[in-house]
Amino acid sequence: MISVEEFGKDADQWFAEHTPRDVDFMMPLTFMEVGTDQQFEFLRDWQRQVYEAGFLGAAWPSEYGGGGLTDAHQAAATKAMRKYEAPIMMNTIGLSWAGPLILDIGSEAHKQKYIKGILSAEDIWCQGFSEPENGSDLGNAQLRAVRDGDDYILNGSKIWTTHGNYGKYMILLARTNPDAPNKYAGLSFILTPMDVPGVETRKIKKLTGEHGFTQTFFEDARIPADGLMGQEGQGWKIAMQTLEYERGARGGQAGGYSITEPDPLEILNLARDTGQLNDPVVQDDLLDYIIDAQAVNLNQQRAKIGPLMRDNPAGLPLMDKLVKTEFAREINQYALTLQGTRGAYYVDEPNAFDKGLWHRSYLNAFSATIGGGTSQIQRNIIAEHVLGLPKSY
Amino acid sequence: MSFDPQTLGRLGITEEQVELMDVAEAFCRDKSDIAKVRAQLDDARGFSQDDWTAIAELGWLGIAIPEDFGGVGLSLAEVVPVVEQMGRRMMALPFLSTTLVAQALLKDGTETQKTAYLPKIAEGSVATLALSEINGSYDLNDIETQAQRTTNGFKVSGQKILVQNLDAAELVLLSAKFEGQTALFIFDAALIPDSARRREKLIDETKRSYEVSLDGLILPESALLDSSQSAATLSHIDLCGNLLGSAELVGATQTCLDYTLDYLRTRKQFGKLIGSYQALKHPIVDAYIGYEKARSLLYAAAHSFEQQGKGEVATRMAKVAAGRALSFAADRSIQFHGGFGFTYDCDAQLYRRRAIFHDSQFGDTRWQKKQLARLLFN
Repeated sequence: MISVEEFGKDADQWFAEHTPRDVDFMMPLTFMEVGTDQQFEFLRDWQRQVYEAGFLGAAWPSEYGGGGLTDAHQAAATKAMRKYEAPIMMNTIGLSWAGPLILDIGSEAHKQKYIKGILSAEDIWCQGFSEPENGSDLGNAQLRAVRDGDDYILNGSKIWTTHGNYGKYMILLARTNPDAPNKYAGLSFILTPMDVPGVETRKIKKLTGEHGFTQTFFEDARIPADGLMGQEGQGWKIAMQTLEYERGARGGQAGGYSITEPDPLEILNLARDTGQLNDPVVQDDLLDYIIDAQAVNLNQQRAKIGPLMRDNPAGLPLMDKLVKTEFAREINQYALTLQGTRGAYYVDEPNAFDKGLWHRSYLNAFSATIGGGTSQIQRNIIAEHVLGLPKSY
Repeated sequence: MSFDPQTLGRLGITEEQVELMDVAEAFCRDKSDIAKVRAQLDDARGFSQDDWTAIAELGWLGIAIPEDFGGVGLSLAEVVPVVEQMGRRMMALPFLSTTLVAQALLKDGTETQKTAYLPKIAEGSVATLALSEINGSYDLNDIETQAQRTTNGFKVSGQKILVQNLDAAELVLLSAKFEGQTALFIFDAALIPDSARRREKLIDETKRSYEVSLDGLILPESALLDSSQSAATLSHIDLCGNLLGSAELVGATQTCLDYTLDYLRTRKQFGKLIGSYQALKHPIVDAYIGYEKARSLLYAAAHSFEQQGKGEVATRMAKVAAGRALSFAADRSIQFHGGFGFTYDCDAQLYRRRAIFHDSQFGDTRWQKKQLARLLFN
């Protein structure tokens, strides 16, 4: 097996040579921002190139299309991606949710069928958890799956389906038993093909004016029952397991990243470019952001230092999402206030600062403070699981 | 712009820090329950001599004193977990001032002074700082007290405030203007007569302090520290004070949160535990997050404390975060205890008072941010 060091060197060289520069469209910073066919095709092709070069799925088993190496190899490749600020890996639901799950608990047939297409981006995956009437209350999902011989018949709707219009498969949380003893026990987790009669997607226009999400409608859609993961009734548990992959609390992801986090301290450049870096009032604000950014950064370092984690071992991991996403929202919001009259502009306006990126980032920041459990739900989780407070409902 | 994220410091921990954390956690828990803290509020001296003797025997007073001078030979990074645990139990000991005097002597003392005083401090002599004056300035150079050389020694005139635990102190470190510069003097506390001392009333009733009239005080020639170093030494005292103050604040925040959470988990209104109401639950989570952030910044400051530049930035950031964390947690603690929170019996007031007191010590949030602006933007 090639050494990690040598593999890292190869990756470094490859990304140095192949990372695309200066595209003539706005590069999505997160997989949720892929809104045009041009962005989609570009990123799909980029993921395929990275996979074919061996730098994605390096630790996944080679018999299913992975590289057959170790997590350390993949980490070295991902490090090189970051170093050269390579574009994101866009097939996120496959790479970070469905793929690890299939490798963990899927059948041999599942692995043969799905893994390679996830890595090459040949098969785009999407996620069907939230419903129009059940957002934060995910466990109350009502989309109905009725067993009929070797099939399930689906009726209902899912919303906030990232890449829903490009998706070949969906990881679906469906209600197989409406009479279960509690709402969670009636749910099942099914790998669902999207290209069957009765499945229709409709694009959702985001607050930014762009696309990127769909609502998906199921009307007597007949899908093979062999997509069931685990047993009927285990859907909630499995869905929570996929969330652990997503949050990085559980290993097994293909690698790379689906979100590029711009350095929050870029705001200092904005303050300098707008001639306000020496304004004491602005400095006072900036210092709050610098201190907070440093605290967020140090929290991550501290999470790996056992003796400093003894009192509340789950505290820092569980607050990570809340703290980071709220910080991103706040700092992007603040950036708009530094732009004076030019704060009036939006994306593509030549007079806008940084092509209007700050405005777009601010509005898009809500996708992270709302999606994956709102900040308010995160506070409930921390209160109940770290601080031992009683449930609110 | 000279701003460089690399000046922001990193996090790490030493084995000695962990060992001291363990010992201090058990010791402070056993020796300083809240009933004892409250019992000492009205006590003139305000702390337990037995506990002081015990920590001297544990070697805590010499943690950051070199072995040559009777200490353990570690650094202030190892003092941080000890002070954190003292703060956690609201333990009233003159530990900070004594440690800071030792640090000042190490930085700026003559060999004679180090040899005479550092072993005494390590063995348990209480030492205190006479730096602050009635002008309320955080700037340690902004003082009026004068020292003049006479044939008998230094003749001092002026007044100091917030001289902590002077009644228990054997040693005093004094700042005064001498030949136009700020100079530091170390001397026997007995040189200050009782008539020159007035006990002050502090917001934090676990602490003790005195106003001291210095007019007529004569100090021996041997009291003067190496005056060429005094500006750097004052800055060192300031940073040491902020580092250890942050540790005390972080420890107190932990207990304040525990105290409040306990109430939210047991108090019922409208037939439900009040901790189930999100109007209380969400702000207490925010207070908890403030605590964890402050603790990360504190241990980063401890880790990088001795690095030029980085140490100062990290320390001032820690003080900002720690001061805010306890102020917010304690402010909400009073509010969330409802009617009981308005009473003296509710411990929330102890924590709120503690946070206000620390703002007075070596600079509040605004002062720290002014220094950070100077360090990062200019």
